[in-house]
Amino acid sequence: MSNKRLTFKKRLHILKHQFRDKKLAPAFNAFHTFLYSPDETTHSGGHIRGADDLKRTMNTVIMALIPILLFSMFNAGYQYYSAINGFPENFSVWNDFITWDNFWIGIIKVLPLVVVSYGVGLLVEFIFAVIKGHEVEEGYLVTGMLVPLIVPIDTPLWMLAVAVVFGVVIGKEVFGGTGMNILNPALTIRAFLFFAYPTWMSGDKVWVYQGMERAGTPDAISGETILGYLAQNNASEFSYSVSDMFFGFIPGSVGETSAFLILLGGLFLVFSKIASWRIMVSAVLGALAMGLIFNGVVDAGIITETSSFYGLMSFDFWKHLIVGGLAFGIVYMATDPVTGSQTNRGKWIYGFLIGFISVMIRVFNPAYPEGVFLAILLMNVFAPTIDHYVLKGNISRRMKRFKNAVIIPKDTDSKEAAVKVETI
Amino acid sequence: MALLTKKDTKLILDPLADNNPITIQVLGICSALAITAELKASIVMALSVLFVMGLGNVVISLMRNIIPSKIRIIVQLVVVAALVIIVDQVLKAFAYELSKTLAVFVGLIITNCIIMGRFEAFALGNGVWRSFLDGIGNAAGYGIILVIVGFFRELLGSGTLLGFPVLGNPIEKTGLYSIGYENNGFMLLSPMALIVVGLLIWVQRSRNKALIEEN
Repeated sequence: MSNKRLTFKKRLHILKHQFRDKKLAPAFNAFHTFLYSPDETTHSGGHIRGADDLKRTMNTVIMALIPILLFSMFNAGYQYYSAINGFPENFSVWNDFITWDNFWIGIIKVLPLVVVSYGVGLLVEFIFAVIKGHEVEEGYLVTGMLVPLIVPIDTPLWMLAVAVVFGVVIGKEVFGGTGMNILNPALTIRAFLFFAYPTWMSGDKVWVYQGMERAGTPDAISGETILGYLAQNNASEFSYSVSDMFFGFIPGSVGETSAFLILLGGLFLVFSKIASWRIMVSAVLGALAMGLIFNGVVDAGIITETSSFYGLMSFDFWKHLIVGGLAFGIVYMATDPVTGSQTNRGKWIYGFLIGFISVMIRVFNPAYPEGVFLAILLMNVFAPTIDHYVLKGNISRRMKRFKNAVIIPKDTDSKEAAVKVETI
Repeated sequence: MALLTKKDTKLILDPLADNNPITIQVLGICSALAITAELKASIVMALSVLFVMGLGNVVISLMRNIIPSKIRIIVQLVVVAALVIIVDQVLKAFAYELSKTLAVFVGLIITNCIIMGRFEAFALGNGVWRSFLDGIGNAAGYGIILVIVGFFRELLGSGTLLGFPVLGNPIEKTGLYSIGYENNGFMLLSPMALIVVGLLIWVQRSRNKALIEEN
């Protein structure tokens, strides 16, 4: 049989068998199963055949991220040209936003971030799989797409590469790989970047392409985020309308701006049963609750315009959801099934606290105008504790119910007895 | 008779690697995290601990038969406190700037678990010469980790070694900085020191599988 007739799938299969028991076996295995369902079947025990394995789950999340990636590529150009030429009057999506000029900026700035993120991350995964002799894990498929979307557009590629190595090794592999990690790897990468290279991760120059290069020259451009303006009590200086904020025509990390597309992605994930709606709903509630408290404090006159917190505290509570990375964090980061709470009741508590603490960090720490990544990392650490107490509570409640159970003889002739449980 | 018998050599060499107080026994972590942002501070700290431990072990070993066991902890504390005060005063007299960098951590040598641990575990039951070697060995094991951590933290965090700019000048953009390299600010924070120590533990245990604890 000539090699030409073989399908790509078959060739991968043969390649996989050639490398069986060799050191590089996991690498070929991964390529094969990533693209196709494997041919092998198990030979013992009863197994359920399901198409929704981890790779399909991951691919679903990536599908939900693709629209955001495309939007962010256009937005990269839109923000750049708006910073140079001023925002267009009579803004129309087709004439001013979806243009080749805008997309080209996206191609030269956003695409390299994606390529570096995947290239470096998967390389680390492959190296670990080969050394440890297990299969390549799928976990990085989603992380690799999330990472370019949560960093500022001007992040140097080598910094991203260093951070990805750190995040994958320290955030995930040392705990035992995908499924064993305590912290969300994508957020670990962002936290590393934030603490290691703060000048590249915050301020008013990093959110628009060329902002750092032009700083200090006559051509300097400023792309302060809305939260940045608010943290400096300069609420009057930005002119973004609510619909700009909702649809995402604002500066910010690459993919965090469009609350609309994030909402669509979130609905897609909820209906495909990949992400937990409980976490999303409770996180939104938490953010609204904290926002309402701050609004109330301002309305009561406790915080006046002289306070440095006034800008963020007086910001309408519901607007917190459509600026900054809160929406993106809630939909794609907080719902990570590995690092989040596992129990239903736990998910409510976990989500609520994420929203609550995010807005709290936002307002009280002007050095971190965006606190959602810190809030999620914090709650990642507490998730097992929440689950532990939810489980213990459930056990003690059922023990109590069991103690109060009354046994009523069903039929006097037979010895069968039905247990009637009376709840208190 | 040789100066060091085989057993004596073991006393010095063991704590350097396979029985390292930091990476194996995980003692003395606080100071290892706090003062290792600069290589110079790490070296001075290592030398201070070397002095306190070598001498302290000798003193305790000399007194081991006259210390009532009920008050031995207090006696040990007095000995180590006296030695630490000597170190502290010497640093203040001859290296004032450095003593400000080390700040409270010189004083906290008193509470360093390694020192009390060696007094209790070794000096109270062994002769003077062997106690001295044990003290020197453990302090060196502590010091070597401090120097390794300090080396990486200063190199990657500030781009200098012992204060000399080895990677170029970050403000004038020379050397590595001219091609866009930046110092890693995270390296200067204590959490990163913990991670570096963790990585050292990882490297050491994957080279010598016998060190991995069962659980």
